[in-house]
Amino acid sequence: MTDQYVLSVLVDNSIGVLGRVTGLFSRRGYNIKSLNVAETENPALSRMTIVTEGDSGTIEQIEKQLLKLYDVSEVKILHDAVCREHILIRAGNSPSSRQPIIEIANLFRAKVVNVGEDGLMLELTGEPEKINSFIGLLKPFKINKLVRTGICALERD
Amino acid sequence: MSKMTGADIICECLIEQGVDTVFGYPGGAVLNIYDSLYKYSDKIKHVLTAHEQGASHAADGYARASGKTGVVIATSGPGATNLVTGIATAYMDSVPMVAITGNVACALLGLDSFQEVDITGITMPITKHNFIVKDVEKLADTIREAFYIASEGRKGPVLVDVPKDVTAKVADFVNKPIKPYTPIKTLHQDDCIQKAVEMIKESKRPYIYCGGGINNPRGAQVLKQLAKVADAPVSASLMAQGCYDQTDGRYIGMLGMHGTAAAAKALSECDLFIAIGTRFSDRVIGDPATFAQKAKVLHIDIDPAEINKNITAYHKVIGDSADVVEKLLKLLPQQDHAEWVKNICSDRELNVKQVGTKELDLTPQQLIETLDRLTGGDALICTEVGQAQMWAAQYYKYRFPRQLITSGGLGTMGFGLGASIGAKCACPSRTVINVAGDGSFHMNLNELVTLSKHNIPVIELVINNNVLGMVRQWQRLFYEKHFSQTTLDRPTDYVKLGEAFGIKSFALTKAADCEDVLSKAIEISKTAPVLIEARIDRDINVLPMVPAGKSVTEPILDIVIDD
Repeated sequence: MTDQYVLSVLVDNSIGVLGRVTGLFSRRGYNIKSLNVAETENPALSRMTIVTEGDSGTIEQIEKQLLKLYDVSEVKILHDAVCREHILIRAGNSPSSRQPIIEIANLFRAKVVNVGEDGLMLELTGEPEKINSFIGLLKPFKINKLVRTGICALERD
Repeated sequence: MSKMTGADIICECLIEQGVDTVFGYPGGAVLNIYDSLYKYSDKIKHVLTAHEQGASHAADGYARASGKTGVVIATSGPGATNLVTGIATAYMDSVPMVAITGNVACALLGLDSFQEVDITGITMPITKHNFIVKDVEKLADTIREAFYIASEGRKGPVLVDVPKDVTAKVADFVNKPIKPYTPIKTLHQDDCIQKAVEMIKESKRPYIYCGGGINNPRGAQVLKQLAKVADAPVSASLMAQGCYDQTDGRYIGMLGMHGTAAAAKALSECDLFIAIGTRFSDRVIGDPATFAQKAKVLHIDIDPAEINKNITAYHKVIGDSADVVEKLLKLLPQQDHAEWVKNICSDRELNVKQVGTKELDLTPQQLIETLDRLTGGDALICTEVGQAQMWAAQYYKYRFPRQLITSGGLGTMGFGLGASIGAKCACPSRTVINVAGDGSFHMNLNELVTLSKHNIPVIELVINNNVLGMVRQWQRLFYEKHFSQTTLDRPTDYVKLGEAFGIKSFALTKAADCEDVLSKAIEISKTAPVLIEARIDRDINVLPMVPAGKSVTEPILDIVIDD
């Protein structure tokens, strides 16, 4: 049975590490739904959050194969974790759409980060489902462009 | 502490790691390294091959024969890409190797400079790990780390790419002791071993199957004991030929696509399948659904990722195979399965009698069996890939670990000749024979000159059937005899070719001459390389044969030739 899994992977902050990880996924036919990486409090290490899907056997393999990479020091399959995603979105096609967009933004506690001639740029952080419904509500006002970070997640204590 | 150039640091690190032989080919980006090798030539022997690929296979063959880490050096660009097949071959068969490549100077990296290639990018999926060293201060520790990674845990190739300016720059160098390898403690828990012991005790029909992970001297020793104490028949994968003495009555042959009926019978009837140091290649398991149906699988391997990858294990023990078996032996009382062992081992032969034609009455079986007899089963056998490889595996009786040197995982045609160069350098006192087909031979025959130039006394046995026999065999069975591009009939005069490279060469065309010619070759090989072209009929097949993906218990035993 195919399920979605969130992996937290601690890697060396070194050249090519992203290539090694993504190369492993592509050559073994594993799916990457999203991948997020940045330095940790220790500049020598980076943490990746990878969202993938597969059956339990595939996930077992992904975990073990990742651990074989010399740049990877820890792999955790997250079960009880806080998952967040960030989005930047430009929406609106006329000055009249500005007000209803701001109303939606307020409902979601999104922030207006730029005002253009016709539209607005908004930012929002939240669980992926919240981001999805935010995008859904903005659709009628024409979405010009958007970028999502993909999930970054941290297990609870 | 002394100041020295990056190139000298590389040589010092090689010596520190116990390296006395390297294989390679010079070029622009490794000029500094070769200048150091010139200086260090009394401590490091460099074997120049005809092509970098040959050097990579030689380093591989050296490692397989000796158990030490093989070293290959090549220049940037094409020099580096020519190593790729050799590195991939070593990776698939878990062979410890360090490849050192030069690259253009740091300032020229990424500018599509002359002979520049991103070799760390290219070799990422075929190395355990790789490095590019841009700071001479980090060079020594990187080389050390490369050797550590290559030989720790599941062994494999590591590449270190060194830009030319880094080999010229100067840094402090201090010798350091070799970093000891410490196995992961938690994976050797006693209850895990205890459970494995209980499984063996409960079993009525245990079957030991070993792979390349236990094909080493200590592994062979404990395996022999385990077979006795567990009282079980033993089979081996292609990668483990010889780690169990094949003249012993418990040995029932190779398992898999071209394995024996006894090995397949034991597989379908056993109640415990003890897999040691093996990764369950598709060439072994055939159809996973019908694999060892009545058995629990006890999987012992050093690589946790191999557990449940291709075959689901009932119980696993992670660790070095020899270590684990040694621990099992401490807890396992003598078992008695006389009836089962007798039943399985009563007919352990291949039971395939090859026949030639009137014109070509020589058979591979006769060739290999004669070699076995004449060498007393004591030679190192290297192989190319295809039918000749399988015949070499089937008809020679391997008696000690690391005796068969063959590209099992990647199946690299052109591997054997280079590998035999390395094997002979590692084991100069042993007879080394490379069993080749005419197809594989033509891929890297340039290395004949390496044999003669350095006087490396290898026997190159070319079994010439004028076809790409293994592919032809598949075309006969599964492609309606469309022998597409597999009929070679090349005009090569093997004797003249060998002689042109300065190698004594003979053609063997009659079964009656087999013993004489092979004896003569073995005699010559005490001091010089020798080539034999042995002509056989093109339709001698490798049997038995299990078609890909089919149950190993239903092999094809005979192929009718009606054309």
